[in-house]
Amino acid sequence: MKKLSFKVNVMLTIVFLVGIYFFLANASIFGDYWSRIITLIAIYGIMAVSYTLVNGVTGIFSLGQAGFIAIGAYTSALLTLSIQQKQMSFFIQPLIWPLNSIQIGFLPATIIGGLVAAFFAFLIGYPSLRLTGDYFAIATLAFAEIIRILIQNFYGLTNGTLGLKGINSYTTVWWAWGWLFVTVIVVGSLKFSSYGRALRAISEDPMAAKVMGIDVFWHQMMAFVVSGFFAGISGSLYAHWITTLDPRPTSLGVMLTFYVLIMIVIGGLGSVSGAIIGAIFFAFVSQWLRMFESNVNLFGLTIPGVPGMSMLLLSVIFIFVMIFWRRGLMGKSELSWQNIYAFFKTRVGDENG
Amino acid sequence: MNALIQNFFNSLALGGLYALIAVGYTMVYGILRLINFAHGDIFMMGTYFAFYAITLLLLPWWLGFLFAIFITGLLGYSIEKIAYRPLRNAPRISSLITAIGMSFFLESFAVVVFGGIPKSFNVYPKMFSDVIIIGKTRIPVLTFITIIVTVLLFLFLWWLLYKTKTGLAMRAISVDIPTTSLMGANVNNVISITFIVGSSFAAVAGILWAMKYPQVQPYMGFTPGLKAFVAAVIGGIGSIQGAIVGGFLLGFLEIMLVGFFPNLAGYRDVFAYVTLVIILMFRPTGIFKIYSEQKV
Repeated sequence: MKKLSFKVNVMLTIVFLVGIYFFLANASIFGDYWSRIITLIAIYGIMAVSYTLVNGVTGIFSLGQAGFIAIGAYTSALLTLSIQQKQMSFFIQPLIWPLNSIQIGFLPATIIGGLVAAFFAFLIGYPSLRLTGDYFAIATLAFAEIIRILIQNFYGLTNGTLGLKGINSYTTVWWAWGWLFVTVIVVGSLKFSSYGRALRAISEDPMAAKVMGIDVFWHQMMAFVVSGFFAGISGSLYAHWITTLDPRPTSLGVMLTFYVLIMIVIGGLGSVSGAIIGAIFFAFVSQWLRMFESNVNLFGLTIPGVPGMSMLLLSVIFIFVMIFWRRGLMGKSELSWQNIYAFFKTRVGDENG
Repeated sequence: MNALIQNFFNSLALGGLYALIAVGYTMVYGILRLINFAHGDIFMMGTYFAFYAITLLLLPWWLGFLFAIFITGLLGYSIEKIAYRPLRNAPRISSLITAIGMSFFLESFAVVVFGGIPKSFNVYPKMFSDVIIIGKTRIPVLTFITIIVTVLLFLFLWWLLYKTKTGLAMRAISVDIPTTSLMGANVNNVISITFIVGSSFAAVAGILWAMKYPQVQPYMGFTPGLKAFVAAVIGGIGSIQGAIVGGFLLGFLEIMLVGFFPNLAGYRDVFAYVTLVIILMFRPTGIFKIYSEQKV
């Protein structure tokens, strides 16, 4: 097989990025609705890429992603909400001191949200990472639920069950895709650095990795904290996209973890590009299937809509992928020009390559 | 004193419900080393089956309940056959992910078919919600029924496990599947029976739960399911005695926490999860240690 030269790789990448740039710059021509969906795709992409770093690359199975997303979302929303809005929303119990009198910009608030989520990832990872396999999964799930219930009960900090309203819709296409770009660069370079090789060794066999002199605990911790940071970032973007937050299990609870899990399983556990493809697929399919949830007029026949249909079909797809096609779209490999070239080469059946 | 007796009976009833669900988790885990994530949702489906058997099929309540228990057993059987059996030799994490998918599927299915709005579960005879007054202690009839049903079911389970050939095969499979199949036991059948028994127990727990908090909704299985799992871990997952002890212990601690510190009522779920994490940290094998060796 002919190997693509470095020059060709760089040129194709530049063309691809310029193409994405023009697509995003003209996203508004698809209308408000679709440009919101394009933003959502990038937010889902950040969630999925940060999740696949832990569940795919490192091979430890966490179910706590929604907890970190919720922490990022609440932290940044509390920092960007205007002071009047805070006074209006917090009528059961006023907001505690430093938060009730400050309002900062979107970028610092997002970064602080990410850092707070990363700090919680450290706190949660420290005890949990001593567990293995399904025990780790259950412990992280329990921690995510603890976070959600605490949010639900701390009226002075999070406004409890009333939630936060009137968050400024700062998240534009550019913010979301910009952060996705940063996430992919960081997680991608991590995956192919010496740390990433250590992580992949751990995912194959932790015991063997330990024998080779890899500090399993701290490598897993690093992946977990980086993942928590980007989950927090995605939470902040999500909060400023959806503009209201509440701690119901179906909004920022375990359901959100399941959604992200669906994305990375379909894309292939352990692949960054697969995670993004999974996110695009999930966003499109869940929007497209929503058509089954409202009444459809077909040749004069009205088919009544069924709420919840999109999630039912997605869960069926999810189970099918797990049973019949466990590596997902990409497996552990990445989308690269070389692979695309090889793919078409074999399809065309050219023997000269 | 009265409050104490009342709390004691309440915790027996709640603990019995947790124990009934926990048994389903622990039996499956003991045999397949799989956390059956969908178990809480099987519990939820059981309550819906009972609800519709009585309101739609117009069965008398006792027949409706039996019908629901039977159908839920069938549901557990088919879930194992469709979703878990193809993955039996796959990595354990794959079966766990499939179980999560199954849980998600059952919840979405309930939203689509039964509707997302909570329904009032008022299909049981009114005498169940009567209150027996002894001196100054007030105990609902339902609490007694829950305790009696739980005890009877555990006697049945004891008989099944220790007095029948199937039970012997179940206990053997939980130690070593290939050897048991060499001894002539039909592994697939035994695993199916395990799922049927576990799911029927979950249906009983679901019906008793729905009568206690008279409401059914698609996401009702998540929290009791997770807490019953906590109970199974406390007792030592894989051990049936452990699941029963763990269930009662968790119910007892929870009721007492709310009884003595009423202003912490909002945190009762947090309490169960913190217990889980502490147990996993310091004694991951639970009270009844089953196995802990790790081969390299």
